[in-house]
Amino acid sequence: MSVSLTINGALRELEVEPRTTLLDALRDEMRLTGTHVGCEHGVCGACTILVDEEPVRACLIFAVQAEGLAITTIEGLAPAPGELSVVQDAFCEMHGMQCGFCTPGMILTAHALLKGNPDPTREEIVTAISANICRCTGYGQIIEAIQLAAQRLAGSNMPEGSL
Amino acid sequence: MKAARFDYHCAGSVAEACQALASHEDARLIAGGQTLVPMMAMRLARPALLVDIARLSELRTIEAHGGELVTGACVRQAQAERDPLVRAHAPLLARALPFVGHAPTRNRGTLGGSIANADPAAEIPLVLVTLSGSVDVRQGDVSAQVAASDLFEGPMMTLLAPTACITAVRFPVWEQQRIGTGFVEVSARQSDYAYVCAAAQVALDADGTVLRCALGIGGATAVPTRLSDVAQALTGRSVTLELARAALAPAIAALDIMVDAHASRDYRRRVALRFAEQALMAACADATAQAAGARS
Ligand code: FES
Ligand code: FES
Repeated sequence: MSVSLTINGALRELEVEPRTTLLDALRDEMRLTGTHVGCEHGVCGACTILVDEEPVRACLIFAVQAEGLAITTIEGLAPAPGELSVVQDAFCEMHGMQCGFCTPGMILTAHALLKGNPDPTREEIVTAISANICRCTGYGQIIEAIQLAAQRLAGSNMPEGSL
Repeated sequence: MKAARFDYHCAGSVAEACQALASHEDARLIAGGQTLVPMMAMRLARPALLVDIARLSELRTIEAHGGELVTGACVRQAQAERDPLVRAHAPLLARALPFVGHAPTRNRGTLGGSIANADPAAEIPLVLVTLSGSVDVRQGDVSAQVAASDLFEGPMMTLLAPTACITAVRFPVWEQQRIGTGFVEVSARQSDYAYVCAAAQVALDADGTVLRCALGIGGATAVPTRLSDVAQALTGRSVTLELARAALAPAIAALDIMVDAHASRDYRRRVALRFAEQALMAACADATAQAAGARS
């Protein structure tokens, strides 16, 4: 079936089988491999993307269901090639990753959290990332990275809502 | 893990969805897909045709009229969680929604989908049963209303035919001024399936006397259980922990409790009793804290 998807602001037309998940379409058809494949049944959060600015599981949507949705992947976060978003930068600085497998999902989840709640409590951060599994860090540095990103955003003079 | 092959049809109307469903023996509806897609990935479900109803705008409205909060079947759980009408008119649903899956699945999962799925541990069916709600169902050209008390038949089983489509979900609106809710749940991990959950909604008068009470247990029994006798015994009284305990003990003892690898029958029964107490007491405290008229 043909489907048109809006990914990181660009409209893409592709031919997929109905059973192709959005996750596989992103990775295999569009070569956007920043969205990671973990469990493929909705448990781990490695495949987290944003649909209308809210985190969802790319493995739990068939690509044909995603026609017309506004999709953001990790590739769409950085302001320009070679640069990092505030959240990405904070993850680097606080060592918010080890192997990096969970990282795109964590960063998109954090991005969505801070957009709606610029000054989250530790508990709100923990709740937000509770849908994402990390097998390396023990979560401590991830939480600290999100706290650092929140601080930086609060101290920056960027217009409200732009991360 | 990849789903088996299937055909996909995006329905343009409920009538068309019903037609498509009836056209194929192995057709299934998909809305949010947050349970169905994993089942398909594990090939526990292999529908030949998926009929997508998520885009039908007539299934995505939220209205309060005729003493009911009526939501379209395809209202996303996250949308309901944020909706002021839900908070005002079905406060128990609003209280329970944060326990449903986690935020990413609530962003896709729908109210009707969770009900049709009939997981005994699911929160939305529990709320529907506790409040004695109902669903609107369409099958072919025929529309009907089914009471929550008739709908659930067993784990993952409803009374509905495979060709039926839930179109709306109805939660009774309570008219009283001081309404409080309580919801308690235990699971292995945050957002995982509940071993036991309990839901309570009470309305109190200015002196703290119970005007109306609804209480239910999920996760412990094959279908969500409404504890009507307990609710009735507490109506007209001022609830204390002792009174709640006395009313609950025989009711919980009489339940047919499920057992599985995660939780024994005795454990579930003990927890069901404590959670029912806690949900009730939390609902009473919540109602007491409501200044009269705060929700009107
Ligand atoms: S790959 Fe999607 S949640 Fe694990
Ligand atoms: S950094 Fe390895 S899984 Fe999180």
